[in-house]
Amino acid sequence: MSAEEKSMSIIVTKGSLDWAYPPFILATTAAAMGLPVTLFFTFYGLPLLLKDLKLQVTASGNPAMKMPMMGMHMGLPNLLTAVPGVDAACSVMMKNLIKKKGVASIEELRDMAVEIDVRMIACQMTMDLFEYDKEDMIDGIDIGGAATYIECATKADINLFI
Amino acid sequence: MADATLDAKGLNCPLPILKARKALKDVNDGGTLEILATDPGAIADFQAFCRQTGNELMEHSEDDGIYRFLIKKVA
Repeated sequence: MSAEEKSMSIIVTKGSLDWAYPPFILATTAAAMGLPVTLFFTFYGLPLLLKDLKLQVTASGNPAMKMPMMGMHMGLPNLLTAVPGVDAACSVMMKNLIKKKGVASIEELRDMAVEIDVRMIACQMTMDLFEYDKEDMIDGIDIGGAATYIECATKADINLFI
Repeated sequence: MADATLDAKGLNCPLPILKARKALKDVNDGGTLEILATDPGAIADFQAFCRQTGNELMEHSEDDGIYRFLIKKVA
């Protein structure tokens, strides 16, 4: 599409609901703007390629997480974030907000990424380490290691680590 | 009159851009796509999208919280 073809790669290292957004938003948008895009999923980012996504947010260790509530922005005291069920409740709130504000779900963005030919690479080492099989992952992905990513990154104009 | 219209009202970033790109695929070269959106971020984003892809942003306007963009498919 573009006269001067630029490209982008992102190393995806985090798999919580909130952290899943930046790589998928940037990847789909860049691809829509004509850039070839590669995502390399490693460590806790790898589960974002699982067929069945069960994404959650956690308030623990995330002190800046404030949600709009009753006309204010409210966060949780650190101690409360460890109470069982709090992450699940925060995740439900976050998903409700996402829907209400017309923000795409991660599933929706990931489907679009597949459709728009974003190249997605699952890190082989992480698959071994955390015992995931290719059958657990969505179709159409590649499997590779550090060298596969580096080869791609040397050619890309934008390389991000998220 | 545009050749096609995309209703992206109520959708948030990056959905208006992603849906516009998809809708543009069905527009002939030289044809136009009208996009209606409520995301204020879409103003800057459609300008950037058009600069990057080479498509032409012919018009953009706002009326009562609804943003209207008219894109001519060039690339």
